[in-house]
Amino acid sequence: MIMNLLADVDIGKLLGLALRTSIGVQAATFALAAVGLNLHYGYTGLLNFGVVAFMAAGAYGMAIFFTQGWLGGSLILAIAAGLVFAVGIALSIGLPSLRLRADYLAITTIAIAEVLRISFRSQRLLDLTGGPFGLPSIEDRNANVSFADVVTVDWNPISDGSYGFWRLRFDDQTLWVMILGWLMVLLATLLIWGLMRSPWGRVIKAIREDEDAARALGKNVFSYKLQSLIIGGMIAALAGVTRALNTGFVETQQFRPQTTFFIWTVLILGGAASVWGPVVGSIAFWFVIIFVEELLRQMVDSGWIPEAILKSNDIASVRMIMMGLMLGALMIWRPQGLVGKKEEAQIDVR
Amino acid sequence: MSDNPVPTSFDTTIGSKKPDPILIVDAMAKTFGGLRAVDIDHLEVQRGIITAFIGPNGAGKTTLFNLITGFDKPNNGSWVFNTSSLAGKPPHLIAQAGMVRTFQLTKSLAKMTVLDNMLLGASKQRGELLRYALLRPQWQKQETEVLKKAGTLLERFNLSHMRDEYAATLSGGQRKLLEMARALMSEPTLILLDEPMAGVNPALVQSLLTHIEDLRDDGVSVLFIEHDMDVIMGISDWIVVLAEGKIIAEGTPADVSKNPAVIDAYLGSAVAEELKDV
Ligand SMILES: Nc1ncnc2c1ncn2[C@@H]1O[C@H](COP(=O)(O)OP(=O)(O)OP(=O)(O)O)[C@@H](O)[C@H]1O
Ligand SMILES: [Mg+2]
Repeated sequence: MIMNLLADVDIGKLLGLALRTSIGVQAATFALAAVGLNLHYGYTGLLNFGVVAFMAAGAYGMAIFFTQGWLGGSLILAIAAGLVFAVGIALSIGLPSLRLRADYLAITTIAIAEVLRISFRSQRLLDLTGGPFGLPSIEDRNANVSFADVVTVDWNPISDGSYGFWRLRFDDQTLWVMILGWLMVLLATLLIWGLMRSPWGRVIKAIREDEDAARALGKNVFSYKLQSLIIGGMIAALAGVTRALNTGFVETQQFRPQTTFFIWTVLILGGAASVWGPVVGSIAFWFVIIFVEELLRQMVDSGWIPEAILKSNDIASVRMIMMGLMLGALMIWRPQGLVGKKEEAQIDVR
Repeated sequence: MSDNPVPTSFDTTIGSKKPDPILIVDAMAKTFGGLRAVDIDHLEVQRGIITAFIGPNGAGKTTLFNLITGFDKPNNGSWVFNTSSLAGKPPHLIAQAGMVRTFQLTKSLAKMTVLDNMLLGASKQRGELLRYALLRPQWQKQETEVLKKAGTLLERFNLSHMRDEYAATLSGGQRKLLEMARALMSEPTLILLDEPMAGVNPALVQSLLTHIEDLRDDGVSVLFIEHDMDVIMGISDWIVVLAEGKIIAEGTPADVSKNPAVIDAYLGSAVAEELKDV
């Protein structure tokens, strides 16, 4: 019976798709956002349940400045504006809530993320954000205003063609964005690595362990928490920018709360408070998700799973179930994640 | 010994003036619901000596520490440390001013190594500023000095063999030692120790006491809370007795052990018997 199943499943396609996604731009954006969250939660102990707010700030900040032609239509400056917007979000979350108990930050971050998403969607901001249609708007597109083109065409140093082997072939544009995405992941990871081995990082970790102990030793806990929120927030904003440049548009559906929880899963899977955890976590996360989804799809198509149990169109929603299973399994068998240190595991329910 | 005035010549009335006070507390009150946890008219703590706060459980000793160090806000009251008023100041500024405390319930940073716990204690570290954090040459020299100091203190507190272990693996007594050593990393002028000997191996207590006396002789003022009578009588230069939030007596160990109010309110007859031998 197992042999029959193997005959019906195209293993090459399965592995090919899973690998392709796990090294793709999407995995890079999730890794980048998780690097930011790692500074917040893994190292500082800040419960940020609004990662997506920072991503949205970065993406929308960039998209608005670019499509409006402010700052001379320069994409670099538009990206910088997106990062500045993220700093503003960090301040507006941090200033009122970082002096309070940890759970207040959690509540504030969830709230800000939704407030931001719903405001971007509102009719009042239609001219600026494109409301439910997103950016670039139809008029922008007609006028050939596209931030993605700047990256994939204007900046692209790779000559036309397709690169790679087997199922891991990418056209030059995709390859270029992948390189840029992973390069940013690398830089952000090195930044965190450098910060965390400095005395600054020592204070940050001490705050995670016990705020009062840090205060008693003369450390300005509030200021450090705010610095962490800003730096991690800017890294997450860069993830939002990368995603927008990859998809070619921004719209509010991209910034629903579930993205935040995927990024949490990525971080916990890889290992919070470890330098490479977010990167390993994102690659592993996307590999598992796509592998299982494709396996199910093939099993449904070949009749191994009856329609009554699962239909082809429902497979995408299996993602949420899998996220839950992954988190559950980690809690039980590997609370430190794939590459985290056991002694520094944040979550230990035993 | 330092050339500070001899405490035996101090006035033993409650709230008496001290020749050179490092800390002056005025009209400090703290209530929790209907409970007056702290209610002090006036208290002066002499510079350069070892002062002990004693009193029954719930007397308000820890609460008083919390108020003085900014970890809790008094309902009213003012206090002056080294001529600067501290009322309303946040804890980290109070610590930076040179008044550093430890906690009754130890706060070791469990998922950091013993050495990192120690290094954190040092004050005014350049590398703790974000703008220098990535520029190692900017703080490398200071880090080396801080490391050296940490090594010396760990040696003194019998923790050298644990330096690379996570603090979570320490025993309760070792955590007390680590917390005290860590506080000393910042070179405080006044150190507040909340039951530093609780849970510490008796064999080590003696060497710790010697260390506290050394601190005093180096010019550090020590204020500590303790229940162990041998420890208190052994090293305190001055004792302040609290009960139900109020100071009921102060004086040298000899004065206090003879004070009928203290024996009544706190020591009880059993302890009074013990003290006859002191
Ligand atoms: N946060 C708080 N909320 C309510 N009551 C408190 C709080 N902190 C302390 N108390 C009360 O204040 C009183 C003084 O407590 P405190 O901890 O200062 O006593 P203590 O002298 O340190 O006692 P011990 O020797 O047992 O440590 C106690 O009755 C205690 O129950
Ligand atoms: Mg106490």
